[in-house]
Amino acid sequence: MPNTSPQHIVRSYDEDLKRLLEMISRMGGLAERQVADSAQALMRRDTELAADVVQRDAALDEMEREVEAFCVRLLALRQPMAQDLRLIIACMKISQDLERIGDYARNGAKRAIVVSQQPSLGSFNGFARMAEMVQENLKDAIDALVEGDAAKADAVWAADAPIDGIYNGIFREMLTFMMEDPRNITSATHLLFIAKNMERIGDHATNIAERVHFAVLGKMLTEERPKADVSASAVVRPPGE
Amino acid sequence: MNDHIQPVAEAGPSMSGLQARSSAKLNSVARISVRNLDFVYADGLPKALKGINLDIPDRQVTGMIGPSGCGKSTLLRVLNRMYSLYPGQKATGEVMMDGRNLIDAGVDINELRSKIGMVFQKPTPFPMTIYENIAFGVRLHEKLSKSQMDQRVEWALSRAAIWGEVKDRLNTNAMGLSGGQQQRLCIARTIAVRPEVILFDEPTSALDPISTLKIEELIDELKQDFTIVIVTHNMQQAARCADQVAFFYLGELIEVSPAAEMFTAPKEQKTQEYITGRFG
Repeated sequence: MPNTSPQHIVRSYDEDLKRLLEMISRMGGLAERQVADSAQALMRRDTELAADVVQRDAALDEMEREVEAFCVRLLALRQPMAQDLRLIIACMKISQDLERIGDYARNGAKRAIVVSQQPSLGSFNGFARMAEMVQENLKDAIDALVEGDAAKADAVWAADAPIDGIYNGIFREMLTFMMEDPRNITSATHLLFIAKNMERIGDHATNIAERVHFAVLGKMLTEERPKADVSASAVVRPPGE
Repeated sequence: MNDHIQPVAEAGPSMSGLQARSSAKLNSVARISVRNLDFVYADGLPKALKGINLDIPDRQVTGMIGPSGCGKSTLLRVLNRMYSLYPGQKATGEVMMDGRNLIDAGVDINELRSKIGMVFQKPTPFPMTIYENIAFGVRLHEKLSKSQMDQRVEWALSRAAIWGEVKDRLNTNAMGLSGGQQQRLCIARTIAVRPEVILFDEPTSALDPISTLKIEELIDELKQDFTIVIVTHNMQQAARCADQVAFFYLGELIEVSPAAEMFTAPKEQKTQEYITGRFG
């Protein structure tokens, strides 16, 4: 990676790659903030903050287009090889992951606005914890890219299971709320989607980690990632049954 | 869309050359096996090649890359005993082909060169007709009738993808051809004696990009019948043409890998630095 290898003979090439990493860093920073604000908006019932998140998503979309155009330009003009090629391809794909993360955060923010207009439902502890872990993974994945640190990327890759665990808990909790009182269904459904969004954001963070691993080491992470989302087969029995 | 000059780079329903090369295993049959090869240009000078071990697979393209002075051209010159022209230059070790060590003193150099042909950086047509350029070398090795020779000339020019351009002017002077045509003529001259191995020493460095692609396409065709070794300074060319690539540095062979691996994930740090332009 650029910070551990000698410089390119053509200095402007180094500057280009540095600029690419800066673009991804900035994009990652904004994606983290979107995830954080989306969760805050939910927990504080802050519809203004939620509206900000929705509005800011366009910036992430724009950044993705910029990264893509810049990568295409680098591929055409520099004809990169080996680690440079892997880095550029990784950045291009990571920008897509970040853009998707932004979409999930925006969707969560929109739902937070609806939820804020409904009576409150249980505590948001699970959401807070999930948001925190997802942000941490996202930050570590982007740091791993910038620092060229495959071990850090691998740690992110392996750290997604607890997020799935919290999601499973929320899933059961929401089903229970719905069964207790049909008036909970609106909120519970939106909260379920919000939780699923966060779980998906976590998955994108692990995607980023996989791409960093490949960019740094030149080998794909081929093992099956530890996954713990069991909601697809979860059943909650109505009370009294 | 126009057809690509080089079908290898085209995606299609059948496996393109690029995919085939990245997924297919390298031919494991070595046509030439180099073992513990050392070379000196003169007594007292440092070794230009140090303990080289390299298998050159049969009917595939082996690309050799590395900075100037790394030994890649020297190795090419050892393979067809070019160095024997210069007293003082000495190779030790083994260059095995068909059970014989090519660098043994007893090897018939003329016979060797009919088996291992070479194409140089600059096109070097003889100042004679196009026909004679091809026939000249053939006559040194074989006695052919006029009609047999006509056939051989047409075969060689066709295989070198230049027949269509010159068939109506076989008796004109070859010096009137363009640079790219001259180089293909030289390739025709090389294959006319029906060698088994063809060595290319930077065959396109003096050519324009279109002529370059034509030569590259030709190399891809020729590897069906010939074992090919190409020395090139153009990394993209090695990536496009070669099945396996050998990277040399300061007289040593640093890494040999399939081309797709060499240019995406090389094993050695030195290779990585060279191919990404981070040298020195």
